Amino acid sequence: MKNSLLSKKNRKLLSDPLGDQNPITIQVLGICSALAITVQLQQALVMSMSVVFVMVCGNMIISALRNVIPSRIRIIVQLVVVSSLVVFVDQVLQAFLPDVQEKLSVFIGLIVSNCIIMGRLEAFALGNTLWPSFLDGIGNAVGYGWILLAVAFFRELFGSGKLFGYQVFPDAWYEAGGGFYLNNNLMILPPMALIVVGVIIWVQRSRKSFPEELLEEN
Amino acid sequence: MEELVNIFIKGVFIENMIFAYFLGMCSYLAVSKTVETGVGLGAAVIFVLGITVPINYLLENYLLKEGALSWLGARFSTMDLSFLSLIMFIAVVASMVQLVEMLVEKFSPQLYSSLGIFLPLIAVNCSILGGALFMQERQYSTIVEATSFALGSGVGWFLAIVGIAAIREKIRYSNVPRPLRGLGITFIITGLMGIGFMCFMGINI
Repeated sequence: MKNSLLSKKNRKLLSDPLGDQNPITIQVLGICSALAITVQLQQALVMSMSVVFVMVCGNMIISALRNVIPSRIRIIVQLVVVSSLVVFVDQVLQAFLPDVQEKLSVFIGLIVSNCIIMGRLEAFALGNTLWPSFLDGIGNAVGYGWILLAVAFFRELFGSGKLFGYQVFPDAWYEAGGGFYLNNNLMILPPMALIVVGVIIWVQRSRKSFPEELLEEN
Repeated sequence: MEELVNIFIKGVFIENMIFAYFLGMCSYLAVSKTVETGVGLGAAVIFVLGITVPINYLLENYLLKEGALSWLGARFSTMDLSFLSLIMFIAVVASMVQLVEMLVEKFSPQLYSSLGIFLPLIAVNCSILGGALFMQERQYSTIVEATSFALGSGVGWFLAIVGIAAIREKIRYSNVPRPLRGLGITFIITGLMGIGFMCFMGINI
């Protein structure tokens, strides 16, 4: 290999998707599953880890096979690879975390049609060697994961006063304990996920260092 | 009959694919810049959901579910192939989209030129696969019920994309903060629309 394993170019592959090339807030990929499962941090964490696994394995398999796959049937090959990986994840979750799997229900299956995965396979893994594809997979999946966790953090904290299922706000704050505080039930409802993501996008794009050319005109 | 209408209304308003489950958000955000393209994609979604969900229903009930193979003989009556359902569903969706595209091109070139570019987009639209997975999870008792669910969700999706496209056409004239323009404001408007749709919750016919 000509350049070292963690050369500048490779580090960029890893760090870009976390910020200015984030799959959710900039490239608008994989939104569907990102919003539905962010009521609790635990679900969001399991979902992000599943996506990391599918993304990294899928990217590496497709990259290894890229010279063998005829380009006419590449979409079907990609779908088969991704859906086998997803079935595997689904079975593992059913065996070890049945209650989380039940809550995530169809959304694990929907990783198959998650556009981040198809998009990266198509745009990156088909044209690059194994190691950059591996880094690209990790970068994008983690970029997806941190947005998921950020949304879930706000929704769980303000919606039910908990983090990872543990009570954060003391009981004395609540009305039952003589306090003033009420959980904001709106945060648990689906529409708030959209609004929280909207605000994250707003904050991200308000930074001075945000590249001008990525800002949109309506 | 009442039950069918109920399932339909539920799919359109209460369990709306966009506002309650966020399915098909990617194309919803990407193709909602004008009402015209929104109508095109929405119609294509209704069409493809209406075809794929009944087919997947038949697959589920005569091939995949536990005991579904009993029509082959007593030997097969305990077989459970449901772990294959994801792969089967996505294969059906991808091939049906291809087939529908070819048929429409052959028999109605006019419809093809207006729908044409949207059809391939549908294969990766999660509302289609989501429709099949929800159908499996909710276990509708007849194929007619499943179809009514599919059409209901399709119409709900159509309503949502046409609504947001109309708002986005108008919002071009307002003074939105620079960093919020485009994606950010679309997310927030969709959230507000979702809060509006929540008033249908609990309706039962």
